[in-house]
Amino acid sequence: MMTPDMSSAANAALKREGFSRRDFLKSSGALIVSFSMTGQSAWAQFGAPVGGSPPISQLDSWIAIAADGSVTAYSGKEELGQGISVAQAQLVAEELCVPFQRVKLIYCDTAFTPDQAYTAGSQSHPANFNHANLAQAGATARESLIRLASERLSVPVDQLTAADGAVSVRSNPSRRVGYGDLVGGKKFNLTLDAKARRKDPREWTVLGKPVQNPDLPAIVTGQFEFVHNVRVPGMLHGRVVRPPAVGASVMSVDESSVQGMPGVVEVFVRKNFVGVVAEKPWQALQAAGKLKVAWTPGTGLPKQADFADHLRKQPVRDTLLVDSKDTEQKLSEAPAILKATYYHPYQMHGSVGSSCAVADVQGEKATLWSPTQAVWYQRSTTALLLGLKPENIRVIFRRGSGCYGLNGADTVTYDAALLSQAVGKPVRVQLTRKDEMAWENFGNAFLMEERAGVDGRGNIVAWEHEAWSPALGNRPGAGTPGNVITGFLAGFQPNPFRPSSSPAPAPTRYNNNSNGVPSYFAGRIDGADKGTGNITSERSLVHNVLSPFWTGPLRSPARLQNTFAHECFMDELASKVKADPVEYRVRHLSFPRLRDVVTAAAKAAKWDTRPSPKPAITRTGVASGRGFACVAYEGDNGYAAMVVELDVNQDTGSISVKRIVVSNDCGPISNPNGLRNQLEGGALQGMSRCLGEEVTWDDEKITSFDWRTYHSLPLGFDVPKIETVLLNRPDEEATGAGETSITIVAAAIGNAIFDATGARLRQSPFTPERVKAALAARV
Amino acid sequence: MSAVTLKVNGRTHTLDLDPATPLLYTLSDDLELRGPKFGCGLGQCGACTVILNGNAVRSCITPVKTAASGEITTLEGLGTPEKPHPIQQAFIDEQAAQCGFCVSGIIMTAKAFLDKNPKADKEQIRQAMSSVLCRCFTHVRMLAAIERYARGVKA
Repeated sequence: MMTPDMSSAANAALKREGFSRRDFLKSSGALIVSFSMTGQSAWAQFGAPVGGSPPISQLDSWIAIAADGSVTAYSGKEELGQGISVAQAQLVAEELCVPFQRVKLIYCDTAFTPDQAYTAGSQSHPANFNHANLAQAGATARESLIRLASERLSVPVDQLTAADGAVSVRSNPSRRVGYGDLVGGKKFNLTLDAKARRKDPREWTVLGKPVQNPDLPAIVTGQFEFVHNVRVPGMLHGRVVRPPAVGASVMSVDESSVQGMPGVVEVFVRKNFVGVVAEKPWQALQAAGKLKVAWTPGTGLPKQADFADHLRKQPVRDTLLVDSKDTEQKLSEAPAILKATYYHPYQMHGSVGSSCAVADVQGEKATLWSPTQAVWYQRSTTALLLGLKPENIRVIFRRGSGCYGLNGADTVTYDAALLSQAVGKPVRVQLTRKDEMAWENFGNAFLMEERAGVDGRGNIVAWEHEAWSPALGNRPGAGTPGNVITGFLAGFQPNPFRPSSSPAPAPTRYNNNSNGVPSYFAGRIDGADKGTGNITSERSLVHNVLSPFWTGPLRSPARLQNTFAHECFMDELASKVKADPVEYRVRHLSFPRLRDVVTAAAKAAKWDTRPSPKPAITRTGVASGRGFACVAYEGDNGYAAMVVELDVNQDTGSISVKRIVVSNDCGPISNPNGLRNQLEGGALQGMSRCLGEEVTWDDEKITSFDWRTYHSLPLGFDVPKIETVLLNRPDEEATGAGETSITIVAAAIGNAIFDATGARLRQSPFTPERVKAALAARV
Repeated sequence: MSAVTLKVNGRTHTLDLDPATPLLYTLSDDLELRGPKFGCGLGQCGACTVILNGNAVRSCITPVKTAASGEITTLEGLGTPEKPHPIQQAFIDEQAAQCGFCVSGIIMTAKAFLDKNPKADKEQIRQAMSSVLCRCFTHVRMLAAIERYARGVKA
């Protein structure tokens, strides 16, 4: 079983026993020794702080085997709802040859687990399922156990086999020795062996199978402990008071305004950070509402209606992703050229539960229960915020509401830490809906221009992509708490923005991590083609500008926005030369894995091969169409293609998606059930984002701060039929899979609208007003 | 502050609290129940939904005093991990969750609706679920789970 059981059972035990995992570790094979059980605070009861991450090169940092043969695995990649915990337990079970149920997985606790930086960026599958880290630990442990058995049984290694948690003699299976007997309760004392053999996916019996999520029974019965459910003895409740306008500063705080209110314990102010602590959450909320704070006026915001023009006028810092230096000439020579401008708005993570954390700061030491995606960075940045030593802080990941990137998780952990330090007692903070939505790090807006030329046969001879992207703040990383609102309000600065007047230097290596380079580019740098297409006259230029709002990674950051423009524009080009959109894509792709997902999706959808728009379009009533899009996610971290079939009501401008077919290649498939869940969720989340989601503001503040003002598709919308086509690649490396399908939805839907109506949507979201405007603009 | 008596999942609790406190706070903070969740505090997302006298209510905007005379059921009141209620089992069978945060409100909303409308068809179920949010967009599986349970109720 997995962490949730650890989570439910052991967390209950932790509550009772003051957060000690001593007994748990004792019975599971001691990873970390020398616990002290003295003292009353959570930290003291936990014991001596770790000085840093367990060394990732050491097997004992990843795997422990108890005397009873049960296996405990430690990972720096956490469960956010994306299903990675199930797959990681499958991986350990597979490589160690033990049943799935015998593996306990512990993830993201600075007291125990190796520092694997973030759980983000579709990096967990590649990091832990290839030839390093957790996968290699499993293989190293299995080979070590076989060697130990060889010594014990005096039988050569090549005559032994591992299965069901024991090593046995091939010719005489009754001669066997269990893992518990071989190593139980002791350390391996081994370095990860790069030569230890990973099992061939064709041999898999646990990985590659649709294992059910062991968290679910606890989740569906209300037993699962989210961070919101963490309760610590003596815990108080905090609420924050955020500024009323962007850039407003505290002039004064009238503490007497909440004096005498029931349960109020503390009003805490540090620079522009204001918070209230009370005995109960309802009391804290009321006090936060009553507290009189005088603020300076805000710094003002650019007009939303003119924001695209505003972006073009800002100081920039430029990056060239690829530049063949001949695009201008090729475009001037091309028989036909096409230009289009696309705009993608700021969008938000909008977690359904507002972010929550619990902190217990006692003197020089602190324990944090946080939904952060990076426990070690949360530790180092909270240390800066509180003026404590990092090694005196323990950060324990507890699952929050699904985050999809940098939601309020890190900032609310700072909120709780500051308020706990102020009162010297454990404090839980859950943000209000408005605190969450008005101040989170939004997914970046993007303005994108595409220019391409086609030759007499309709082939693309040159393509330029140019994007403007505003940013402010980011993940706090190891040392920048000012990258999120709480750290900034408390006096820390975000990453500085340094505009540059000089042109971007020529790229020296190919990096398509942001998908700023369309899939159809050759990606030629120093004579080597690293892209996935065959267009060699190519240029991709990104202008970074300063954002008036906090920004940070939102599921498929930059990749979704860039791909929206590239894949719509590819459709525009295909239409211009009267080519079928799928055939046209295949014609300009060179990379077989991307071509394969394209043809697989088209085949599964029974794609009707013909140019768009469809013939004999009616200009009123309901029109139906189909659209296509594909992506090589981050250039080389997963491949997906999508067919969307939809209806456009040309009288109301509303879109009804009927069917989505999505194909995906993430290398060897670890858990088909989890993979399908991600592809389905990504497809629908992408629909919600491109049909209704847009951050809005007035001249001083964010105005989309709840579910009436920020428009998410509810559970009961007209959900399309979704079909997933999984391409298993046992001979390839594992890639990410959680962000592929969402990346291509907006383009596939935009292209389907065009197919149905001949109207091109170049600004997301495709609200009924924008659809009607595009319909009216048809010639 | 005043004494408020609540009947939750068949057990009676007497609590001393501000009667204007939203029911959600009482359930999750005073009674330490993990089912009902704070999502928005505005009655917009459904994460806090519990069943009060047979009706799905948004506990984040329901003052505790108005629930004092009623029977309250939370997700915990339906079944246990070892013996889940059929609607909970349907969510397990369909693997209908990602992060799982919204699940409580979704199950309670669906259960209250199907208790009153056992013959509801797919379209009626969809409409009944049109004011709850799942931001992981596990919609396909959740709607399939609710329909699976509904078929069982009808059968």
